[in-house]
Amino acid sequence: MTLAVKYIVEVTENSKLSEDIYSMWLKAATIAKSASPGQFISLYLKDKSSLLPRPISICEVDPKFGRIRLVYRIAGKGTKEFSLLKAKDTLEVMGPLGNGFALEGKKALLIGGGIGIPPMLELAKQLSCDKQIVLGYRDVTFMEAEFEAYGKVYLSTEDGSKGTKGNVIDAITANHLEADIIFACGPTPMLKGIKAYAVEHGIKAQLSLEERMACGIGACLGCICKSKEIDHHSNVKNKRICKDGPVFYADEVDL
Amino acid sequence: MNTRVKLAGITFQNPVTTASGTFGSGMEYCEYVDLGRLGAVTTKGVSNIPWSGNPTPRIAETYGGMLNAIGLQNPGVDVFIQRDIPFLRQFNTKIIVNVVGKTTQDYCEVVERLADFDVDLLEINISCPNVKEGGIAFGQDPKCVEAITSELKKRAKQPIIMKLSPNVTDIAEMARAAEAGGADVISLINTLTGMKIDINKRTFLLGNKTGGLSGPAIKPIAVRMVYQVANAVKLPIIGMGGIINAEDALEFIMAGASMVAVGTANFINPTATIQVLEGLEAYMRKCGIEDINELIGCVI
Repeated sequence: MTLAVKYIVEVTENSKLSEDIYSMWLKAATIAKSASPGQFISLYLKDKSSLLPRPISICEVDPKFGRIRLVYRIAGKGTKEFSLLKAKDTLEVMGPLGNGFALEGKKALLIGGGIGIPPMLELAKQLSCDKQIVLGYRDVTFMEAEFEAYGKVYLSTEDGSKGTKGNVIDAITANHLEADIIFACGPTPMLKGIKAYAVEHGIKAQLSLEERMACGIGACLGCICKSKEIDHHSNVKNKRICKDGPVFYADEVDL
Repeated sequence: MNTRVKLAGITFQNPVTTASGTFGSGMEYCEYVDLGRLGAVTTKGVSNIPWSGNPTPRIAETYGGMLNAIGLQNPGVDVFIQRDIPFLRQFNTKIIVNVVGKTTQDYCEVVERLADFDVDLLEINISCPNVKEGGIAFGQDPKCVEAITSELKKRAKQPIIMKLSPNVTDIAEMARAAEAGGADVISLINTLTGMKIDINKRTFLLGNKTGGLSGPAIKPIAVRMVYQVANAVKLPIIGMGGIINAEDALEFIMAGASMVAVGTANFINPTATIQVLEGLEAYMRKCGIEDINELIGCVI
């Protein structure tokens, strides 16, 4: 049996996209070979006073050159450390972890909110159907131009500085967007809104959830979400976000 | 070179096990670790019926440690017997089942259910700080410790390990109570009750408000308590609390632990158990130690 391992990977590029948002490319051939959109990797810190790995979703996969891209926001000590990495620096990672998006549907809505936007990029690349991309921001936008190659892009900003003033649902409504499948990643209140919208309009939806994690591989039961039915593994109405998700069908989970 | 240790009449191929709750039943970690190399796998707590645990967030990182408030989520003893025991039996390792309950009756039910199944030892968790009833409530009063120990000892077919809480004034008193109740082994320490406030949201970071502190931050406390217990009772000890590497494990062994459990370190490094084991072997080679038993309690 081949055992899975942590890898030491090399940073090839780490640049600032906007205030507190960074884009990092890693030379990680093994991960790039098998990663699918919506999966994440665990990144370990050099500062050993921080024990736990940081789960960050994969933004882009480049199997040809054996690279993966992460786009992350500085939210604390861990992501601050990542932001200081330079080309040729190394870091320890594990992955790809979790289950990503299932590629399906004829006419799709790809919805990203804030730091939930990055994983939608690889999905947009790999999904071959008709795509409408809705990106929601608080104020400062990022990455929106990168999506234009894959579909029509609609923006929402809470302050109204770009696109529809309000949230992603406001942008969907204002632009009369229709779909037979929704893919979404973003903060839980946004996902709740999208779930309600999907139910109301009878649209199937895949949601990528997030929660504070410890092990990242399904053992510690730190990052659970409530499930509609009794889960076969946990034998209670809890699913593990890191192992059973992070992507779930909206009707599987209670947000 | 001998790494075998004997506790409660059972021989373990080496003194390294996992700390309950950090390793599930090994199903996830078996992708990273050959479970057959461990002295034992200690499972996550098992209750009589399925428990769904606490609200999220259940995890918070702290300086050199972490808080967890999982709340003993587990599928219940029936699923454990059907699924997890056969899984673990595939590997050349001993099985220690951690047992949890809200009432003495709950603990008894699990112990009785497990009596006819092929597991090696039972570890009785009377020290979880994250559940409202049971758990730690049994572990903070020596009379309760002795009473539950003797109740379970009457029913158990396997040797029982009493897992003690560090959230007490006098750990030696609890250990003596477990010994008086007939415990075969003592394990310690469980986590220390802690709290973290989210200063941006101005509320508790954990859904449960409090959680159990684990990781390197608690290691000196754990080593001290193992030493105190080793001085207070004759029972063998499984030591744990912040073991990250072999040096940490050796501190516990020298303080009196016959076995050591690796917990939070599994989250930092999924192969931590094996690295601890290999580090112990390397230390023995370097220092010309023929038998690991020479090191157990050597500072006492």
